[in-house]
Amino acid sequence: MSKITSLADLKRLKDEVQSKIKLRENSDNPEQMVQVKVGMATCGIASGAREIMKYFVEELEQQAVDALVTQTGCMGYCYAEPTVEVILPRREPVVFGFVNKTKAQEIIDLYIKKGEMIDGIIPITFRTIDE
Amino acid sequence: MKNLADHILDIVQNSLRADATLIEIIVEENKTDDFCKIHITDNGCGMSEEMVKQAANPFFTSRSTRKVGLGLSLLKQNAEVANGKFSLKSKLGVGTIVEATFQLSHMNKPPLGEIWDVLYLSMLGNQNVTLAYEHRTNKGNFRITSAEIHEGIGDVPMQNAEIREAITGLLKSNIKELQ
Repeated sequence: MSKITSLADLKRLKDEVQSKIKLRENSDNPEQMVQVKVGMATCGIASGAREIMKYFVEELEQQAVDALVTQTGCMGYCYAEPTVEVILPRREPVVFGFVNKTKAQEIIDLYIKKGEMIDGIIPITFRTIDE
Repeated sequence: MKNLADHILDIVQNSLRADATLIEIIVEENKTDDFCKIHITDNGCGMSEEMVKQAANPFFTSRSTRKVGLGLSLLKQNAEVANGKFSLKSKLGVGTIVEATFQLSHMNKPPLGEIWDVLYLSMLGNQNVTLAYEHRTNKGNFRITSAEIHEGIGDVPMQNAEIREAITGLLKSNIKELQ
């Protein structure tokens, strides 16, 4: 489709996309979805949280993970920004610190998709058992 | 903060924390009068007079998770070093207006940055909040609201890759055209 420059173009594209996708069944009950909350206060933004949030949105969509990516405030871990809180369905929330794109990829591949615990959880002294 | 888009994202987070349901962002780039102005209005909980006086102080914050609050102070500093001004008006129960001006040609004026990404991410993360964005230059105005975008995409999720590119593309091309 050609370049989108107006709301009318957007509507046309929507009709095109709508026929291709199957609407997500879980979008009405967020408890059943993976929730990713990116710390987006001054400290987070200054450390590049915007790029990280964009990366999560793009990657999770590409890998067809049913996830809700949102923004959250400062959790008090300013020294470890960008921080990302991940809530898997029926699991306790886990906060990761110092998240760059490599770390984000690791979080998606190992924690979100397989449920494996990885390094980088706050408190950052946390290490997985094999270390 | 590297650019104005990051500042805007930051101030919008303040509005969200104040439980705003309507946030209006106006960015004006005026080449004839050589100024750039960011204007953000919300209908959040507002602040008391004492709080307004304190807000741009880096050692003041309403949070309990940390003792510093740099968002508004950084914006104020960036405006002042670029020969501009910063103003904050607020009323309890009514809302808050943040305004920062910069001299457009001043070398300390931060670049605009990827404002389209900021708007998309803010809309995606807060779909129950109405966000209005207006870009004004000497060539004209462009105005869009999140309500219009949501109406446009219907029940197709915003994070869908094609929709995501379309929304950011729509914002970017319209803003670029005015510059």
